[in-house]
Amino acid sequence: MGDVFKALADPTRRAILDELADRDDQTLFEICSRLAMKHRLESSRQAISQHLDVLEAAGLIATRREGRYKFHSIKRAPLEHIADPWLERS
Amino acid sequence: MRIYVTSVLVDDQAKAIAFYTETLGFVKKNDIPLGEASWLTVVSPDDPGGTELLLEPDGHPAAKPWKAALVADGIPLTSFAVDDVEAEYERLRALGVRFTQPPTAMGPVTTAVFDDTCGNLIQIVRVPAA
Repeated sequence: MGDVFKALADPTRRAILDELADRDDQTLFEICSRLAMKHRLESSRQAISQHLDVLEAAGLIATRREGRYKFHSIKRAPLEHIADPWLERS
Repeated sequence: MRIYVTSVLVDDQAKAIAFYTETLGFVKKNDIPLGEASWLTVVSPDDPGGTELLLEPDGHPAAKPWKAALVADGIPLTSFAVDDVEAEYERLRALGVRFTQPPTAMGPVTTAVFDDTCGNLIQIVRVPAA
């Protein structure tokens, strides 16, 4: 499992999560379109694909294949308790 | 110089002409037998003298892996203009068309992406008035 904080440290990866939070099951093309048109992020498709790999390794997104298509969705579980150790008062 | 024809690579010309006319609503313009295949084109009923779309067989050995790779990443190489992306999405979905991207606002434009059943993804977009 990759480091969640390292995955979140990059602004492009946070923008990807912003867009995946809007709707599940997005193709790589849709993610690239959203980043270009809504965030003015003109990274290459290959660069975005590598960002997606980092997010997936950190458990923050999941991919699934349906027939010939590949879709990406956000996974919120790693975020839900991320600050618990600091929020709990003894 | 002007663009008079552009092409999509289809896995079956008979299936393609059915989908592009009956489902999408284009009109057949040319169907000229050329050996095993035809010079098979459609045009928009709104612009019968306009750019033709050639339904070109994807028989070249490089075509199918290339098409499959594009589809896996959700990439449409062909884009059609519509007046209302939402209405077209609902109309085509009712006809059983599979969308990989429902209508989505992308800054100034709204786009959607569907599968043409012939091995391609197609984008529809409402182009703002010039």
